[in-house]
Amino acid sequence: MSRAALLVLADGRFPAGGHAHSGGAEAAVKAGRVTGAASLEDFCRGRLHTAGRVSAALAAAAVLGVDPVRLDAAADARTPSPALRATARKLGRQLMRAARATWPSSELDALAREFPKGAHQPVVLGLAARAAGLGALDAAYCAAYESVSGPASATVRLLSLDPFDATGVLARLAPELDLVADQAVEAARECVDAGVDALPAASAPLLEISAEAHAAWAVRLFAS
Amino acid sequence: MTAAATGVRATARIVARDDGRGGTSLPVLEGDGPLALRRTRGSGDEAHVMLVGAMSGPLGGDHFAVRAGVEAGARLRVGSAAATIALPGQAKGEARYDVRLTVADGAELRWLPEQLISAGGSDLRVTTHADLAATARLVLREEQVLGRVGEEPGRLVSRLVVRIEGRTLLDQELDCGPGAPGGWDGPAVLGGHRAVGQAVVVRPEFEDRPVSARVLGEGAAVVPLAGPAALVTAVAPDALRLRRVLDEALKSLG
Repeated sequence: MSRAALLVLADGRFPAGGHAHSGGAEAAVKAGRVTGAASLEDFCRGRLHTAGRVSAALAAAAVLGVDPVRLDAAADARTPSPALRATARKLGRQLMRAARATWPSSELDALAREFPKGAHQPVVLGLAARAAGLGALDAAYCAAYESVSGPASATVRLLSLDPFDATGVLARLAPELDLVADQAVEAARECVDAGVDALPAASAPLLEISAEAHAAWAVRLFAS
Repeated sequence: MTAAATGVRATARIVARDDGRGGTSLPVLEGDGPLALRRTRGSGDEAHVMLVGAMSGPLGGDHFAVRAGVEAGARLRVGSAAATIALPGQAKGEARYDVRLTVADGAELRWLPEQLISAGGSDLRVTTHADLAATARLVLREEQVLGRVGEEPGRLVSRLVVRIEGRTLLDQELDCGPGAPGGWDGPAVLGGHRAVGQAVVVRPEFEDRPVSARVLGEGAAVVPLAGPAALVTAVAPDALRLRRVLDEALKSLG
């Protein structure tokens, strides 16, 4: 394997459409819950330990060869908001296109056939990592990092936040990213034997509720 | 019930059965120690059971469990006489409260307990599993209140899993209070709200006619799950306002 493949997959410029999404930051800014670097950090920390933790475990489990159809159903059960399920599938479809072009793989082809409208993004991410020769921990890092990098860069645009401040937030979260990625791999290994119930199911009520409100806005800067 | 240095172990059991005369009988209604059960006046073909806390708790180290099974065609409603308060205890370790619900074909369970209050210094893990047959119906409401008035909450981890014919429809865990992963009280998770709850409604007819997603004010939403069910998720400043929004949402589902 080439570890450098991780840089390609995790790069914000990887053409998988993530830049159009704020990970709930736009709704949180509008509601006045995110107003600057400190509240952005708190937002990102909460998202990392809930949605990020679940995504990282799903991605790691896909790398370890757990049936992606079961993982996709587990993602549905952990995503009550239909707006967030639709977003996850849309991002999954976009990532699938980019990943198949970059790292052709029969497993990615099979998943694309199974879910023509898109599988949940972390499941696709895991299989893309596998196709790129990466390991479960790599995929977990990638998913965990995406769960905070999206909101951080979106908030730069939403609040005209100083980009140095947003990057500082991400750097301060690094030790917790390590922790979440490690726990995700541990849960994914358990999932290989015990099934998908062993995956974390950490929920974030405000992310779920405000995703529905955001989806109903007539005008918005970000798709989610 | 057994009590030891490790805390109290108690399991209450309920079985509801179609009595063949248009009603529901309760062949099993077994309280245990702090978990006392009372049959109250039912309505129509629905049997009503009240969970009565005979002691305070759960305290640290206690393991409580409730098992309720609703057999084919039976209808059961379970409520509780008062809020459950998780408190710190003498025994070491966390407290556990496990609820296992099974609902057979053509049966209905309405599981509507009072709030769970996480008092300062307490440490409680709650798991609720509802296993439903294909044509079972369920209304399940759960509410968590973080701390008594003016008090910091304890640690509370609460997982809710709903399955239909073994397929997991909903799996959600909330982890909050001191020692929970960071950000639990921040703008992505609870945002300073001290009451949080959800209500799940499972009906076979939702498969073909799912509810439409809608937002109820600032802190609540009704959504269709990926299956024949609707979920209401709500956060509120206090228990009273939480109950109001959940009940309003349940009423709107008919």
